[in-house]
Amino acid sequence: MNWLLAMSQTVLFVALAPLLAGWIKCCKCRLQNRKAPSLFQPYRDLLKLTRKQPVVSDQASWIFTISPYIIFSAMVLAASIVPLIAVDLPTSASADVIVLIGFFSFARFFLALAGLDIGTAFGGMGSSREMTISTLAEPAMLMGIFALTMSASTTNLSLAIDFVLDEGLVLRPSFIFALLSLMLVAIAETGRIPVDNPATHLELTMIHEAMILEYSGRHLALIEWASQLKLMLYGVLIANIFFPWGIAERITPGDLGYGLLFIIGKLAFLSILLALSETLFAKMRLFRVQEYLSFAYLLGLLGMLSHIILEGAR
Amino acid sequence: MHAPNWKADFLKQTDEAGIMVEQLAIGPADLWQIASDDWQRFAQLALQHNLRWAAGWAEQARDWFLINACFEREGRYILLRTRVHNPKPELPSQATVYPAASRSERHTQDMFGVNFAGHPDNRPWTRHKAWPKTRYPLRKDFPVQGEPEAVTPPDRDYPFVKAYGAGVYEIPVGPVHAGIIEPGHFRFQAVGETILNLEERLGYVHKGIEKIAEGRTPEQLARLASRVSGDTTVGHCWAACLAMERAAGIEIPPRAALIRGILAERERVANHLGDMGAICNDVGFAFAHMQFARLRELWLRCNEQLFGHRLLMDRIVPGGVDCDVSEQAGIAIKRGIYQLKVELGEVLPALDLNSSLEDRLYTAGLLPEAIAAAFGALGFVGRASGQDFDVRRDAPYAPYDRLTVKVPVETQADIASRFWVRYKEISVALKLIGQFIDLLSPGDLRSAWKTPEAGREGLGIVEGWRGEIITYIRFDAGNTIARCYPRDPSLLNWPVLEKLVLDNIVPDFPVCNKSVNGSYSGHDL
Repeated sequence: MNWLLAMSQTVLFVALAPLLAGWIKCCKCRLQNRKAPSLFQPYRDLLKLTRKQPVVSDQASWIFTISPYIIFSAMVLAASIVPLIAVDLPTSASADVIVLIGFFSFARFFLALAGLDIGTAFGGMGSSREMTISTLAEPAMLMGIFALTMSASTTNLSLAIDFVLDEGLVLRPSFIFALLSLMLVAIAETGRIPVDNPATHLELTMIHEAMILEYSGRHLALIEWASQLKLMLYGVLIANIFFPWGIAERITPGDLGYGLLFIIGKLAFLSILLALSETLFAKMRLFRVQEYLSFAYLLGLLGMLSHIILEGAR
Repeated sequence: MHAPNWKADFLKQTDEAGIMVEQLAIGPADLWQIASDDWQRFAQLALQHNLRWAAGWAEQARDWFLINACFEREGRYILLRTRVHNPKPELPSQATVYPAASRSERHTQDMFGVNFAGHPDNRPWTRHKAWPKTRYPLRKDFPVQGEPEAVTPPDRDYPFVKAYGAGVYEIPVGPVHAGIIEPGHFRFQAVGETILNLEERLGYVHKGIEKIAEGRTPEQLARLASRVSGDTTVGHCWAACLAMERAAGIEIPPRAALIRGILAERERVANHLGDMGAICNDVGFAFAHMQFARLRELWLRCNEQLFGHRLLMDRIVPGGVDCDVSEQAGIAIKRGIYQLKVELGEVLPALDLNSSLEDRLYTAGLLPEAIAAAFGALGFVGRASGQDFDVRRDAPYAPYDRLTVKVPVETQADIASRFWVRYKEISVALKLIGQFIDLLSPGDLRSAWKTPEAGREGLGIVEGWRGEIITYIRFDAGNTIARCYPRDPSLLNWPVLEKLVLDNIVPDFPVCNKSVNGSYSGHDL
């Protein structure tokens, strides 16, 4: 029964990811005085892409064609271990947050390989930039996560959420630092403004988009869907670890329903914040990204230090 | 203005140097004829006298080629001319003296087969692979329809500048781009993200404007000139009409001149608004892009309503204008100006205070004054780098001779400078439109056309929104055009882009490019 629930939670995760992307677009449009496309536009786009024949360069090796599947599967697996509407599901117990980061790195590795595989200048440029950013983003993310897990004394996401729920609303400096750190990393990792611009057509400024320029058809659909999943994963991580209230602790239809409503509400709110920051800020110069991510790392480190100094005695 | 008699000084110098100058006059410029051997030496003297190289073109007169170069200083123009004989047309290059002349000479070389000896860069330019090596499309024996092959061979073996060394990465961009922009190829050599060298390859939108201009009537030519570059339709059409009117000796009615002024300034405002938004968009600041796009759209809809065309195409005709500004229209225009001022007053402080935008635009894409001067950068690109020149003020033509034009100049020379010069130019343009409307008095909109004699020539020099436009026209018998050469400011601003991106990072190129915003179509002709 629990396994079935875990599976359906993952399916729900995967199914809702395009909706989140649609909602963010909608918020951005409204903030920029534009008419928004339908909330369901991302689904239509994905459907359209799956119907199109993928065009693959004759220079491409098997890595290029297999990468979209690997990237998408890695993201689905990652989605299966992040509690969405209920905690204590068997899948989340089987893997912890370090595995989650491992999934992200795995997907990124193949994405960067695929960018290089095709041999175009843009692909190589994008891969080089992506790896530069990820070498800075990963330590920052780990540092933020460690600050959190030291408080909860576990790296398991379900247990960490249980811990926060048990403790109740306690103002922990380490959590605030970790939250800020993770939010900065999330923006960099999901390729949003001010680090990358998901809406740009300017090849020379791209990071994520530069790597996938050569993809088309169902391959592109899978990669787009995987990016939407990644965005949602970060959103759910932030929402459920730091503000877990409302998540279903018992497996009853009522609790699950509330859990779903709460997570939708939390994600909708986070999206508004994201849209707001994307409207208020211009994209930063590429070489400012290291300052930005060093700052995220510093926040994570401060979180850990403040845990040791201020909270460790308890 | 100082040294009012620099022409006399200069003539004395050329005389001492042994260059025989035969003096004539054409339109607003002095026409000086020299021997072809003195072509380069004249340029050297001109450079010593701080003359700016402004334009260059050729034309065929039976067995001879007339080679022209236009120079300017303090708003006075000199048209330099020489002739070379057909079987082996050759003369010394001026590009060794004036880098600005380089691409223009390559164009002449490609289109006429005139050899510029000692040219520092002898690669083809406008010529890709559309014509066989020995065919020159602007010569009289080349048919107007062209001699197109079934499939134009790709322009494959163009010898780009190469960079060698560990870690040098070459990035070819275009000619087909992802956005809705014109085609052009950019070849970067970068180390890491820093741009070592950028090389442009243009000519992909060569439409044969110069060739199909031949044999047209003045009306047909005005329509063609309107289409040299879609965003400068008023500017190019005005320059062509001015050249034709000067050749035919026609004065246009004052009311028509004022309406031309209103049209040109409206075009300037619309394009500057679009550019300012596009600069913001290229640094990922979509909010400002949308605001400017909205303001531009309102402005264009007003054009449609009052003048019948959003971009004001074909409103200027030889001898006058093809539209009127009624009293109600004048009031509507003024209301539009007021609204635009109010809205800009709200949007711009928000941009000025945005530190993330400031971080992208300040100090990026620096164009030192010396380089801007050496390449003769025009319009807002030149003015953001201290080049204090504006045809409307320095060589005024009707209606600008009736009032004073303020020319904003900055010396900061970066993208932000080019952004704010545009903004200041909008303010000046809005003021000018208001003044033109106040000056309007009842009168004719069009003078009667007089057929000019065969061989009459004229030079139209106007300030388009990108900068100085020079159009040369010569009439043939029977009221037809023998030769037309429109020089878009982009011809001089494109090479400057290659210089201002150096030492910037690759991802900053799009915004550097947008801050210059050269016209591909106006350049390729």
